[in-house]
Amino acid sequence: MIDSMEAMRIISRSRGEAIVVACMTAKDEWHHVSTLHQLDFLYIGSMGKASSVGLGLALAKPQRKVILIDADGSLLMNLGSLVTIANMAPGNLIHFVMENGIYRITGGQPIPNAGKLSFSGLAKEAGYRQVYDFDEAASVEKKIDIIMKQTGPTFVCVKSPSVSECSPYTSPRLDAKIVREFRSTLSNVH
Amino acid sequence: MVDVTQSVMATKILEELKKCNVTHVVWLPHSENKAMYETVLRESSMTLVPVCREGEAIPIALGLWLGGKNPVIMHQNTGFYDSGDSLRGLALDYHLPLLMLIGARGWRKSPPPTDSAAIFQEPVLDAWGIKHYLVIDEKDVQMISQAYHETQATSRPVAVLIAEEQMQ
Repeated sequence: MIDSMEAMRIISRSRGEAIVVACMTAKDEWHHVSTLHQLDFLYIGSMGKASSVGLGLALAKPQRKVILIDADGSLLMNLGSLVTIANMAPGNLIHFVMENGIYRITGGQPIPNAGKLSFSGLAKEAGYRQVYDFDEAASVEKKIDIIMKQTGPTFVCVKSPSVSECSPYTSPRLDAKIVREFRSTLSNVH
Repeated sequence: MVDVTQSVMATKILEELKKCNVTHVVWLPHSENKAMYETVLRESSMTLVPVCREGEAIPIALGLWLGGKNPVIMHQNTGFYDSGDSLRGLALDYHLPLLMLIGARGWRKSPPPTDSAAIFQEPVLDAWGIKHYLVIDEKDVQMISQAYHETQATSRPVAVLIAEEQMQ
């Protein structure tokens, strides 16, 4: 098992100048480790739709890596997006899923069929170009630079402990003004 | 099978979208818009983004817009109901200037509609504070550009309902 904060730090170290999309608990943890906040889109606007927001950004900015930090419960709410992403096949999209088997933000209730389904298997069969499954931080460290350089769409499942506490970290709550400023920042990013 | 009337309507809708410099059509097929599929595919200035479920459309459009593109979404009114949380939490809360082309399944001028998809459509849009237009025939298609410009001026989503019987 990989502590989610440890996974975030590994991703952050290899991020380069990628755009990052994260939601729910992951957005708070990512905000704590990120060193490039101006390219972070951390939101809590709709249930499980981060994968779709990430796809839109990846299509809009094909020359720029887009890292999506998703979670198992969120992805289950938008499972068809795996197929939609595979169909559009953005080579610049890296889709991380923190699999802890629970709805962490609501107090740790198990997701349906927790521990019995394979998210990497779903992504592979949906048609992602690269698929990884990790349960040790050392393995992520070893592969992360390759993952960041490969042509995607790439799916990376990170097995995390079932920690029911919410993240102790917080990130600023988005509003329309911040969203517009983020768009303005991206207008200078290619 | 796409008939001539559908193709003519699809071509006119495409012309309006081109006037608005639309870059992406995020789309799920339904019986009212099937001619649009081939029409948009043939148009080199636009990219068709097919989705598996309508609830994906608004977040994809948000991502495209954040990245400087100019998307519209196109699906049936049944899919509009499916998109409710994305409409609330992304399009309305983040002031997304989004043109939504919605196939008005069940719409009838007379007698009144009996299909709940049509009966609830305009009251639900009104309840959400979303301005809407109705395209009944070819002369109404220009309202697409008008609606688009309203999205830009107000930073809000605007819906254009396309009457079913005119697309079939």
